[in-house]
Formats: sequence, C-alpha cells, structure tokens
Amino acid sequence: MYNKTVMDHFRNPRNVGIIEDADGVGEVGNPLCGDMMTIYLKIEDEIIKDIKFQTFGCGSAIAVSSMLTELAVGKTIAAAKKITNKDVADALEGLPKNKLHCSNLGADALQVAIKNYEDKKAGKTQPELKRKDQHEHSHGEKCYCPYCDVEILDNATFCEACHTNLKESH
Amino acid sequence: MTIINLDHISANPILPEVKEAMIAAIQMDYANPSSQHTRGEQAAETLESARESVAKLINCDNPKEVVFTSCGTESINHAIKGVALANAQKGKHIVTSNIEHNAVIRSLRRLKSMGYTITSVSVDEHGRVNPRDIAEAIKDDTILVSVMHSNNETGTIQPIEEIGKIVREKKVLFHSDAVDSVGVVPIDVHKLNVDLLSFASNPFYGPTGVGGLYIRRGSQVWPLLDGGIQENNKRAGAENLVGIVGMGVAADLARSRMEERIAHTAGLKKKLLDELPSYIDEYIINTHPEFSLPNLVSVSVRYIEGESVVLMLDDDGIAVSTRSACATGSLRASHVLLSIGRDHADAQGTLLITFGVDNTEADVVTFLTALKNVVTTLRNISPLYKKATNNQK
Repeated sequence: MYNKTVMDHFRNPRNVGIIEDADGVGEVGNPLCGDMMTIYLKIEDEIIKDIKFQTFGCGSAIAVSSMLTELAVGKTIAAAKKITNKDVADALEGLPKNKLHCSNLGADALQVAIKNYEDKKAGKTQPELKRKDQHEHSHGEKCYCPYCDVEILDNATFCEACHTNLKESH
Repeated sequence: MTIINLDHISANPILPEVKEAMIAAIQMDYANPSSQHTRGEQAAETLESARESVAKLINCDNPKEVVFTSCGTESINHAIKGVALANAQKGKHIVTSNIEHNAVIRSLRRLKSMGYTITSVSVDEHGRVNPRDIAEAIKDDTILVSVMHSNNETGTIQPIEEIGKIVREKKVLFHSDAVDSVGVVPIDVHKLNVDLLSFASNPFYGPTGVGGLYIRRGSQVWPLLDGGIQENNKRAGAENLVGIVGMGVAADLARSRMEERIAHTAGLKKKLLDELPSYIDEYIINTHPEFSLPNLVSVSVRYIEGESVVLMLDDDGIAVSTRSACATGSLRASHVLLSIGRDHADAQGTLLITFGVDNTEADVVTFLTALKNVVTTLRNISPLYKKATNNQK
C-alpha cells in the first residue's frame, strides 16, 4: 500500500519528541481520520534550528510528520511558510489517494506552529489561520467523494458508491 | 519468516482435506448438474451430497431449504432484497439493528431509496440488541426483521432465539446474518426461530467464493439472480461445484470438530485476555464477556492508531486486523464501535484478533510481547498519551 520512502519514515520516524522550551507550537487534528499532530519549533535568527513532532495517526500521518520535519529544519521562517502539503507528499514519493489528506495535516501543523511563534514575538494573537477546505474545487473541475474517491456529481448529497451522506461543501 | 496469523476473520486457511476434495472435483471435470445425461446426474449427486452436509451443519432437516450462493454478502443481499421485493404488497417496513454488517446496511439503504422504511434499534455497551426493542419496532406494515447472529467487529452474539420468537409471533419474516457464526459455533435454524440465515464457507475453513442461504419452506423470497432453474429456482446460474464440494467437506469437518475447535480457540482467547494486563495498560475490551464468538477478541488500545499497529506487527511477522477509520477506504470510524460507546479516538486504536485451528499458546505470547513493544513505540510518538498520563498525575 505504501511505498518504500513512506515505510522508511513510518518505521524510523525522524525528529520525534517534544521541545520543552519551544518558540512555537502547532497542534492540529483531523476530524475525518481522527489524526492529531503537534509540531514544536526552536527558532534562532528566523531560522528553524530544531523541530520535533508527536502524532496520533496512521502510517501515512507518521511518515508525513517525519518528512515534514526534515523539510523544515534549517529553513528560514519565510521559506518554511512556503512548504505545502504537495511538497511533503512529493518528498515521500507519493501517498495513496485516500491518504493525501494526512499531508494536509502536516503542512497545517507547521503553519500553526509558525503562527504561534509569530504571535508570541508580536505579543498578541493574530487572526486565525484559515484552514483549507478538505475538498475545495474550482467550478468545472471534476468532483470526487471525499470518502471513497469515486467521481460524483457537483451537487451530490449522497455518494452512491460508498453510501455516505455528503455535506454540500464536499 | 513464518507468519503468525491472528486475522482469521479476514481469511481462513483452507483445510488440507478440503483442498484435496476440491482438487479431485476439478479433476472430475464435472458436467452441469442440471443436465439429464449420466455425467450431469453424477454432478447433481455430488451437488446434493454437499447440500446435505451443509444443511446438517445448521441442523436443517430439509436440504432443499439451503441455497448455494457466491458468498455471505450475496446471501444477505438475496435475503433482504428478495423478501422486500416479494412482500412489497404487504408492506415496506423493515427492522434491523445499529451494528449490522455493511452488506445488510447497504442493502437496506438501497431499499430505502426505493421507498422502503427502516427502523434500526440501538444496542447496549457490548453491542447486544434487546429483544423488547425489536418487538416495539415491529409495525403493521413490517415485512422483515434482520439481526446478525454474531458481530464481525466485537464478536458479540445476539439473543437470536428470543428475537426470533417475538418476530414469529408477529408473523413477520426473520433473517439473521450468521456469516461469522455458522461452522464456528453451533447453529440450529429451528432453535433460532429464523426464516432466513446467511452464511459462508470460509469462516469454517472452506474456500471463499461459496456461501449459503437458508430459506425456510414457504417464505416469500424473490431470487436475486433470475435465469435458469438451478437451486430449486431460487438462484439461477450454473453452480460453482468445485467450491461447493469444498464447502461440503468443510461443513462435515466443522460439525465433527466443532467442540474441539471451540475449546482450542477459547483457550487462546482466555490466555490473551488473562495476560494482556501484564503487557499493556489503558485499553478497553469490546468483546462481550459471556455472549461472544470463542475465537475473537476486540480491544481498543488507547492513544494510538490501529493501522500503525497492524503495519508494525506485520514487520514482526504477525497478522492482525484493525477497525481504525484510517485503515478503511472510507476513512470513517466504525459504526459498530461508535454504537457501543467508543469515541472516535478510542475507535482508532481498535485491534481485532481472531484465532484459528493453526494457532498455539506460544503465538499468544509472541503476539503480546510484540504488541507491548509496538504500543510503547507508538505511544512515544503520540501526543495523546503524554497528555493523558500528565492529566492523571
């Protein structure tokens, strides 16, 4: 199911743990899968000097967290902000389609941790980061069931393939 | 590496005696059992002999009441849709429970979209239906009640006999999905008061691709497959004779060895449950302490996720199953676990351990030792465990 790179990061996850005096902490959860991820950052001169993670989740969620920490460590805040879920999935040489949302979780956790660092630095709370919609799609694009990935009608409220009631925002 | 199989519910090995019989059946080059020539009659005799073996396994004295199908799922679809279509003039209401297999749930959902109405009753913390709830749910236009015999996720066995009694008094047809029970625990269609009973061959070490449906004589049920006159006009299509031969032999062995198998697997289950506390903490047993399959343990290991456990145990050469949402194509928490009160996080850490004739006491110890390491590793990675243990301090 998973490729060698994913299995390597799952079996030997890098940067597991907690940074007690972290400069930024980001905690996100995924209601769909029941995953949770916490990212800890140690920042010096706007550079991520150390990064640690803890994850409650499947093989893919753990591999995503591990790869994310590898991508982020040593980067400037500005560069780290540009890390997308696609970057993480690509670095892992691909994830199964129904596990791609795990990579959203990783990228989100990093962004929340960076925001937490910036908030602390500014001494105030800035507006909440807007969480990306699970399945935003522009008009005219094909639409897929978020649960089973079968193509569905744009306005479907029920997936015939996996018998799931869908929210309008699928 | 030898694999320790603790995932018998996903796939059982086919017994050597069954394999032999099936290979012999292939080499026979059987004709069509519906043909009138000598070779056709030979095939028909073989077919009917297997039917008798299977009928005996469920204590059915009229083998004609047993229909061979392609799997348990087909049997369930046949029972539910067949009763619904045949009895639509009488009514369109069906009663079921909240913890049924998807074959039942989705068949009913399909019927719902065709104008049928469904009442689904809830279960207690071990996943047991209260027969009184079924009695209360039956209305004037109820045509079918469908409650599973044993649950495939918790192993909990339902009070089918009592439910059947109530349903029969109300003159409603009663179907039970007994796929994980037939051939595993004693099943008697008369004692259980069922009109229809779905089962499959693999749970008792027969081949996959063969199932059975018991239809009590006189029950109004339409076929799911229309066509020829096979299976007494109840299921069209040339029979899978090689598979059916295998199922027949497996049924005979299941009957003669049932006591021995129950004692063996129940012993392993007891050992696992007795010794688990000395290996890990913070878990919930989902299996009913009294009314449950002898070979199944469902345990929710808290603060970790099941797919990770399955992958790590696989590295250690141990096969188990999980009911984590992450391990399903649909990424949804199990409706069974939510129904018995598990929350989404605990449902995530749910492992299904199912024993078979090939397991030994040493397997249990190997599994527990490996599980302890895996749980420790994953809890070190999990943010939930630290939070929970901090709160407890």
